[in-house]
Amino acid sequence: MTSPSTVTPQAPAAGQVPTIDPGSLFRFATAGSVDDGKSTLVGRLLHDAKAILADQLEAVGRTSAERGFGGGTGRLDLALLTDGLRAEREQGITIDVAYRYFATDRRSFILADCPGHVQYTKNTVTGASTADAVVLLVDARHGVVEQTRRHLAVVSLLRVPHVVIAVNKIDLVDYDQEVFDRVTADATDVATRLGIEDVHVVPVSALEGDNVVETSERTPWYTGRPLLRVLEELPTVDESGRGTARPFRLPVQYVIRPQGGTAPGLDADALRDYRGYAGQIASGTVAVGDEVVVLPAGRRTTVTGIDVAGTAPVPGAPLPGEQLTEAAAPLSVTLRLADDIDIARGDLVASADAELPEPTRDLVASVAWLGERPLQPRARVLVKHGAATVQAMVQDLEGRLDLEELVLRDAGTLELNDIGRVRLRLASPLPVDPYDRLRRTGAFLLVDPATGNTLGAGLVRDA
Amino acid sequence: MTAIPTAATHDHGPAEAGVHSSLDALEAESIHILREVVAEFDRPAMLFSGGKDSVVMLHLAAKAFWPGRIPFPVLHVDTGHNFPEVLDFRDRTVERLGIRLVVAGVQDYIDDGRLLERADGTRNPLQTLPLLDAIAANKFDAVFGGGRRDEDKARAKERILSLRDEFGQWDPRNQRPELWNLYNGRHTAGQHVRAFPISNWTELDIWRYIERENIELPPIYYAHERDVFRRDGMWMAVGEFSAPAPTEPVERRSVRYRTVGDMSCTGAVLSDAGTVADVVAEVAVSTLTERGATRADDRISEAAMEDRKKDGYF
Repeated sequence: MTSPSTVTPQAPAAGQVPTIDPGSLFRFATAGSVDDGKSTLVGRLLHDAKAILADQLEAVGRTSAERGFGGGTGRLDLALLTDGLRAEREQGITIDVAYRYFATDRRSFILADCPGHVQYTKNTVTGASTADAVVLLVDARHGVVEQTRRHLAVVSLLRVPHVVIAVNKIDLVDYDQEVFDRVTADATDVATRLGIEDVHVVPVSALEGDNVVETSERTPWYTGRPLLRVLEELPTVDESGRGTARPFRLPVQYVIRPQGGTAPGLDADALRDYRGYAGQIASGTVAVGDEVVVLPAGRRTTVTGIDVAGTAPVPGAPLPGEQLTEAAAPLSVTLRLADDIDIARGDLVASADAELPEPTRDLVASVAWLGERPLQPRARVLVKHGAATVQAMVQDLEGRLDLEELVLRDAGTLELNDIGRVRLRLASPLPVDPYDRLRRTGAFLLVDPATGNTLGAGLVRDA
Repeated sequence: MTAIPTAATHDHGPAEAGVHSSLDALEAESIHILREVVAEFDRPAMLFSGGKDSVVMLHLAAKAFWPGRIPFPVLHVDTGHNFPEVLDFRDRTVERLGIRLVVAGVQDYIDDGRLLERADGTRNPLQTLPLLDAIAANKFDAVFGGGRRDEDKARAKERILSLRDEFGQWDPRNQRPELWNLYNGRHTAGQHVRAFPISNWTELDIWRYIERENIELPPIYYAHERDVFRRDGMWMAVGEFSAPAPTEPVERRSVRYRTVGDMSCTGAVLSDAGTVADVVAEVAVSTLTERGATRADDRISEAAMEDRKKDGYF
C-alpha cells in the first residue's frame, strides 16, 4: 500500500506496542543536493516509521497551515520536522547536521541528516565518518549532478560500507522506469569507478511516500525493497571482526590510578598499586593472557585483567567490579598489564600476534579539506590520532581529486571541500593503520594550532 | 595481583562479539567521551540536577573511572523552585559518591537584584547567568551536560563537544565538524567547552538503561498520589511555587514526572507506573514528547530552546 498523498497527523495507535529491545544500533547519513527533497524524505521516513509524536506533528501542522503549504488541504510540510534552526525554517534550507533517532522492530537507527549546499559538504563528511550506510538522494528529473559525484567521492574516501541511492521525485517523472534505469546506470557507473562495492538504488517519492516504508503500487517495475526495509537488512560494521580476524587495537585514553580516591565500597589500601589503562576497543578482541605490544615504544607485555564496573545489586548500592575474560569492540574497558612499563595517554595497545601498525613520522594520507583558508604546502598543523596529538608539517601536496574525471591532478593548494592527497612529516611517531583496513586507527584530524579549529579529515593510505 | 572486589567473571568475548546491544554501544560511546574530556581538560565539572538524564550521566562517569572515584565536581544550578525530593536525592548522591557539589543559586541573584523574577514566574531561563558565573568563578574549562539530541530540534544540531565563548554563547552556524570519534576540544583562554556524553540516547534508552543497571532515581519519577491542577493542558503540583488560580480546581491524582525541572513550569503526567518496568512500558507507547508533555518553557515557540542555548543555556 502506498501512503495517501494527503498526510493526516497520526501517532502510534494506542495498544500498538513498539519494540522495547530494538537490538543493534545502525548509523546512517543522508546526503543530496539542495532541493532534492532530503528533509522531506527524512520527515517522511520518520513519519511513516511512526517515530513522530503527536505534539511534534501538531506543531508541524500549525506551521504548514500558517505558510499555506498544500493550499489549505491540511497537508504537512514534512521538511519542518527536521529543520531545527530558525534560519533553516526561514530560508527553507538545512544548514547543519541534525541527528534523529528511531527504532523499528528490527533495529535502532541513528540518522545524521546532512545538508546539501556545496558549502556544507564538510557536514556530509562529518555524518559519513561514523555511518554504516549513506542514503544519497538524486532528483529523478536532474539525474547524477556534480554534488552526487562529490558525495559519492566522500562515501568512497570514508569507506562507508553501504550506499543507498534514493531516486526521489519519481512522481514528477510519472513513475517512468526508463528515467529510473538511466539514473541507476549513471550512479552505478560513478560508484564503480570510485571503488564503492555495495550500492542499492530505490525509486522513491518523499512527498507521496512511494517506496519509503511501504512498497508502492505505482512502481510495479521495481522489484526491490522499500528504503526502510533496505536499511533494516544491511549488515552493520562488525568492528569486533568476528570471522574476519581483525587485529586488536585499544588507544589508551586515561590511566586509572585510584590513590586520589576510590569508588564507594572499595578498599583504598588494596588498590594502592592499581594501574589500569582505560580506553575503547577500536578493533578486534582481547583476552586475559593475550600478548600485546604497547606502541609507539614497542614494549611487549601480557594482559592480566580486563576490568569494567558491574551492575549494582540494588538501586543505590556501590558498583561491584566485573573481571572479563574477553572483550570485543566497541566496548570501553580498563586493561591491566603484567609488566610495570611506562604507558601514557596516546599510546596504542595492539595484539602481538597480528600485523602491527608501524610507528612512523611520515604519513601519506587522503585529506578532505574543511578549512576556510586553503591548505598550502609547508603549513604547520596538529595531527590528532586516537588519543594522541602531535605537531606536523605538510611536506607535499600530491594532488587534488578532479570530481569530473575522478582522477588525481596536480594542485598548488586544497580549497574548502576539496579532496586531495598529502605527505605529512610528524614531530614524533604515530602507530597508524591504513584506513582501508581499520577505520578507527587509520583516521586522524588536522587541527589549526593557532585557532584550534578542525581543518581537515585525514585517512592514512597504504605507504 | 591487585585485589579487586568482583561480582562475577563475565565473557564479553567473541561469542557475543558483534551482537552487542544498542545499550552496550551507547554506554561504550558515552564512557569514551567522558574519559576524553577528563584527560584533555584541566578543570571539568558535570551539571547535576538529580534529573534522570544527569543521574544516568553520573552513573556512566562512575563506571568510566572505576575503581577510582569520579575525578571532578558536580554543579547544580538551583532555581530555588526545586522539588524537595530531588534536592534530597541530589545531596545523598554526592555524599555516597564522595564528590564535591557546587551550587549556583538563582534565588541569590533575585534577592540581590542581579536577576528579575519573570512575570510568568518561570525560572528556567534565569539559570543561564548563575551557570556562566559559576563556570567563570570555578575556572571550569569543560562542563558535561545531560542534553540529548532527541529532546529538541535545536539540540538535534548540537555537537558532542560544543565550544562556547566567554558569554557561553552557542553559534550553531559555526560549529566544528565532528569526525569519527575524534573530539577536538582545543580552546583559548576565556572559552570553555560543553560536552554532551549522552547525546545519542533517547528517552526510552535512558529508561531501559536505568532498569538494566539498577539506577536509583528521585521517587517523583514513579507514580504517586499528589494534589494537582490543570493548567495549559498540563498537570501542575500544588506547592509553594505553583499555586492554583481560583478557576483551577485541585484534584488528587496518581501522577509521575517525565522530566524534573523548576516546579513552576514542570508538569506531571497521569500515570500508574510505579516501577521502572512500568515506566519503560509507558514510555515505549507514549504519543507525546517528554518536553511537549511537561515543559511550559518549551511551548513558548518553535525556537525557544535554540534562543536559550544561543544565550549560554545548557
